[in-house]
Amino acid sequence: MDYPGLIKLLAPECLVVLTALGVLFADLKFWRGLPSRQRFGRGVALATVGLLAAALFAGMGEKSADLLLGTLVLTRVSQFLKLVLLLLTLGTVWLCSDADFTDHVGEFLALLLLAATGMMLLISTENLLMIFVSLELVSLSLYVMTAFNKRSSCSAEAALKYFLFGGMAAGFMLFGFSFLYGLSGSIHLPDIAVALRTKGSDPLAMAAIVMVLAGFGFKIAAVPFHFWAPDTYDGAPAPAAAFIASGSKVASFFILATLLQAGMPGAAGSGAWNAFVPGWMPIVAILATASMVFGNLAALAQSSLRRLLACSAIAHAGYALLAIMAEPADAKPALLYYVTTYALTLVGMFGLVSVVEGGNGDDSMGQLAGLSQRSPLLAACLSVFGLSLAGVPPFAGFFGKFYLFVAVAKSGPTLSSFWLVLVAIAMSCVSLYYYLQVLKQAWVAIPVEGSVPARASRPLVLVVSLLALAVVLLGCVPELLLRFLR
Amino acid sequence: MLAWTIYISFAGAAGMFLLPRESLRAPRVLALIAALAGLLVAVGGALRHSAVGGVVTLIKLPWIPTLGADYFLAADGISLTLVLLTGLVATAGVLFSWNIELRPREFFAFYLALIGGVYGVFLSFDLLLLLVFYEIAIVPKYFLIAIWGSTNREYAAMKLALYSFVGSALVIAGLVAAYVVSGAETFNLLELAKFEYPREFQLWAFPLVFVGFGILAGLWPFHSWAPTGHVAAPTGASMLLAGVVMKLGAYGCLRVAMTLFPEGLAAWRDVIGVLAVIAIVYGALVALVQRDFKFVVGFSSVSHMGFVLLGLATVTTLGLSGAVLQMFSHGILAGLLFGVVGRMIYDREHTRDLEQLESRQLSRMLPFAAVTFVLAGFASMGLPGFSGFIAELYVLIGAWQTFPKLAVIAGVGIVIGVAYTLRAIQKAFYSGNELPSPARLPAEHGDSAISLPEKVGACLLIACTVGVGLYPRVLLDWIVPSFNSPLFDGLRKGAGL
Repeated sequence: MDYPGLIKLLAPECLVVLTALGVLFADLKFWRGLPSRQRFGRGVALATVGLLAAALFAGMGEKSADLLLGTLVLTRVSQFLKLVLLLLTLGTVWLCSDADFTDHVGEFLALLLLAATGMMLLISTENLLMIFVSLELVSLSLYVMTAFNKRSSCSAEAALKYFLFGGMAAGFMLFGFSFLYGLSGSIHLPDIAVALRTKGSDPLAMAAIVMVLAGFGFKIAAVPFHFWAPDTYDGAPAPAAAFIASGSKVASFFILATLLQAGMPGAAGSGAWNAFVPGWMPIVAILATASMVFGNLAALAQSSLRRLLACSAIAHAGYALLAIMAEPADAKPALLYYVTTYALTLVGMFGLVSVVEGGNGDDSMGQLAGLSQRSPLLAACLSVFGLSLAGVPPFAGFFGKFYLFVAVAKSGPTLSSFWLVLVAIAMSCVSLYYYLQVLKQAWVAIPVEGSVPARASRPLVLVVSLLALAVVLLGCVPELLLRFLR
Repeated sequence: MLAWTIYISFAGAAGMFLLPRESLRAPRVLALIAALAGLLVAVGGALRHSAVGGVVTLIKLPWIPTLGADYFLAADGISLTLVLLTGLVATAGVLFSWNIELRPREFFAFYLALIGGVYGVFLSFDLLLLLVFYEIAIVPKYFLIAIWGSTNREYAAMKLALYSFVGSALVIAGLVAAYVVSGAETFNLLELAKFEYPREFQLWAFPLVFVGFGILAGLWPFHSWAPTGHVAAPTGASMLLAGVVMKLGAYGCLRVAMTLFPEGLAAWRDVIGVLAVIAIVYGALVALVQRDFKFVVGFSSVSHMGFVLLGLATVTTLGLSGAVLQMFSHGILAGLLFGVVGRMIYDREHTRDLEQLESRQLSRMLPFAAVTFVLAGFASMGLPGFSGFIAELYVLIGAWQTFPKLAVIAGVGIVIGVAYTLRAIQKAFYSGNELPSPARLPAEHGDSAISLPEKVGACLLIACTVGVGLYPRVLLDWIVPSFNSPLFDGLRKGAGL
């Protein structure tokens, strides 16, 4: 393949990188003297143009390709997911439109766009090295973005914790990858799958699986690799936290599912009740159960919105992990529907968090008191997001969970994985309690004396309302999204 | 046409937010229009479809092809009865909520959203769709109670929401299992009802789904959300809760659990019968010793819903028809009783304590309330001439054929029912000194006389209970033939209907 052909295939990624450089340059050259709010406004406008152009190319571009030992693999689903990632990035970028947490506007936006590039590369590869490199591109950008609020010591602490855990996890993952290479002599997932078919229960393969899952467990914040999540969500600037919770989750889950299902089908084992067979299935089952139970129970005790979202993110990672255990035909659609709608919800939630915090960074639930009086539209959006996260119809979260339950229950011999569904359903009852606590603040609690109508910039309100609308629409007509995921 | 009941309600709920924020009157009027339109559509649709018999398809579109779920609305005689009930109670509920002044737009938006969900459940013949509507009905209840409620409202609201959600979680678990085991890739009730599930599967799936729905029907020992919820809720919401939401549970038990798993029902029916009778007697006994007037009515609901569940457990055409008729009858009467207690008395006297009401001579101060309550009380005691009589008679005869002993105990429950109703009537309305105390002359009530909306609402419901009581065939002609439809083939074969 010649260079122009390659660039054509990678046009969306190239455009995003160019936009990142453009924003960096324009900020450095032209916008230096302006107040940071205005710089953010202009940067957001420029980034929007770039992202929309990239989305156009992703939507119209080539739908299938497989180059250089799986270094670049394009499928219909991954191309669509690229579009989703671009839209999530766009939403996150718009959350910055009114921000003033930093003077380094160009750098922040450029890093955000670079992280997006990493995510897009991550989902279009079946090659271990490429997976690792793009994952690091995402992670390193996110570490720095987390630390961007230099006025708050929490931000620095969050970034350091995130970075230390992340570095360790990356080490584990790379170690696991090296074992996989040693076993199969290849870094191409289909070749690894062939090699593992005969060596599925090799102790080395087991060691590799454990290490790879430890690495990804960190990325998706599954118990017991979740410790960074509450502090990072708490300390990071809202757009950075939103991106960690949305885009990064979607890409990581996609590649984890590809890695396990395309790369190691021979070492799957079984997670059926009372009939565990060694392999990645039982490990995923345990990670999922632990995450659902811990995440939901820990969220009960939170009074800070961001920490509550972090705990619920842990729980949702548990649900999403379940989907990976479904039959391959169902696994990807169920997983992607779930994480995509979850990501949309979380970007919206962090938009609301940044409104509620106002200037003072106080994100306790009490800040929401009387939101329905102060700003009915935002209260309605909050309810849509909260109820969707709790899994109440007609919002997307309900169908996401339901499809996932069906997919898991269908896998294996009749109802052998049903215990996982029971745990998940029981835990989603628990989750309703704390989401209702949030909504109670907004609708039932009386506004604090002297509180002003919630102020939010137009673009922020627009993006939050659009996301809420999407969550409602996708919940009522799930097929809108599902038909692109099969 | 009947499907418009759902759309009208949701449109009304959405329309509330287009109204000016300060207006008190506009939301009421819009809510009344929406509720009345729903009622008219329900009546029209019922008249049109009842002649056909069997299951009438209203609309069927592919909804989620990935799972094989359809947007499938249909109706048979049972649905028609309950849709009609929903229309009646919803309209009366708006009339009894005419005095809501706190955030009326939001109140009626939640109110209409709840109604829309309820209509949806009664008309869905696709199980996933039914589940969606069922859960849509949960959340508005929480807000209605938590924002506009009285005694212990936040506790009661959360308790109700969690109980409902646990119930629907059990149902989801059962449905997912049923879907996977059948392997038919469909949620269509008519298709799934034809499938014969393995007996071992039915033995555990049936109680899962039955209890899941049963929680909302006040199945003992999972009933405790009901009295606290009813008491805390504002009047309109109490009427809906007791009047139609509890029916959702009973309807789900019949429509889903019993239809899909007849062998499971055959194995568990004795247990259900016993639980139902416990609810009848226990609810009545507890109602007998309450001081709070609303708790009396709340526990009487548990008792009367026991008759519904007993009727279901009999699995005879007579008992099942009685159960459905009792759902209708109790829906009307509970609405009426809560309307009197919550709106006519509590909003004026600001107390529901029977000891305090004793001295207030309400029969003289609020004669209309007294007459209404006496009529509703007689009807719910099961006096001939009212709907409660014929419904409970059917259930008892059905029960006599299957469980004679339980039928006798349920009969005792009726007697206790007479006792607590008479006690409440006597304490609340007809006691105290013969002479009015000087401080409390009728003139004092001049400005708070029973208003026109209340009177209209009360008369509407009284007319229904008397009408059905005098001429029960108007509903039985819809209900009884429904049990002959192919939908209940499994039930007839598996449980010897």
